[in-house]
Amino acid sequence: MSENDKPRAEWPLWEVFVRARAGLDHKHCGSLHAPDAKMAIQLAREVYTRRQEGCSIWVVPSAQITASDPGDKDMLFDPMEDKVYRHPTFYELPEAVNHM
Amino acid sequence: MTSIALKPSAHVRYVLRLADTCLIHAQRLAEWCGHGPVLEEDIALTNLSLDLLGQARALLSHAAQLDGQGFDEDQLAFLRDEPAYLNLTLVEQPMRRSSAHAPGGDFADTIVRNLLVATWLRLHWQQLLGSRDAGLAAIAGKALKEARYHVEHAADWTVRLGDGTDESARRMTAALARAWPYVGEMFADDALDDAAQAEGLGPRRSALREAWRREIDAVLGAAQLAAPPDSPYLSTGSRGVHSEHMGFILAEMQHLQRAYPGGRW
Repeated sequence: MSENDKPRAEWPLWEVFVRARAGLDHKHCGSLHAPDAKMAIQLAREVYTRRQEGCSIWVVPSAQITASDPGDKDMLFDPMEDKVYRHPTFYELPEAVNHM
Repeated sequence: MTSIALKPSAHVRYVLRLADTCLIHAQRLAEWCGHGPVLEEDIALTNLSLDLLGQARALLSHAAQLDGQGFDEDQLAFLRDEPAYLNLTLVEQPMRRSSAHAPGGDFADTIVRNLLVATWLRLHWQQLLGSRDAGLAAIAGKALKEARYHVEHAADWTVRLGDGTDESARRMTAALARAWPYVGEMFADDALDDAAQAEGLGPRRSALREAWRREIDAVLGAAQLAAPPDSPYLSTGSRGVHSEHMGFILAEMQHLQRAYPGGRW
């Protein structure tokens, strides 16, 4: 094993958001490892926009993202299942405003 | 497959010096494909290689057209003999795989070489925008954007490694010492430079030295590194007299076209 092949400490993980065209929003497209924010932008450019996928990149340290617990999925999201009245299509509009 | 013989004018040779530097630099960078220190940088290095290969293709096509014997870019890339290549000696030095004669093979060597060569190429492209050779000026316009990125990529790494750990600084210092003896050639004028300057084709190489040195020193300064002392040694790749490594590169690069003439994907 050469010196170059020794295992090393991992770089931090970054989440990558790419805007496809002006006027669209930045969409999450994946993640990568990079030593710092500037290199994360460069490497995101290499990894995620090499086929003209974007015109703007955001990177966010993955550690800065607070995520909901998958174990709480039932508690958080299932109660919405039977609340169809929260969709506008649930309501019948009076004839007078039907084409609003 | 027998070799082709160009009868290149000074104009063609001026173009070939840039074309071959891009081509051989691309070939060396491609050696990282599948071997990068991390996945993301593996992709970055091969992207740099592909940019340079694209520049080489455009320049070789242009040189073939100027040469006027009906050769194409592939024939120029694969069917010339070693003395007909006019690349800088620096870019033919081992990059990933070192040998007893030529230590290297360190990521630091790659970053140092990219910084020195990308800055040199970017200064060329800037000047060539105003070339009286419209084809060359058009190629420069496209290449300049790519070269700006190549410089930034190399400079960012130089700062992070030079101003990083003791180990990374030590490696960058060693890589600079290995590359620096080949810097003299990058700014050594000959008759081609005189002709190019006189005819408005492009800059003489010595004219780029000051700007190059200023930019390199700024990056090295930010990286807590210093340029090694200049060496009186003058390598001669761009005059067609190459180091011992060139033959091995060409053997690998040319093998398929020589064994299966005209072979295509």
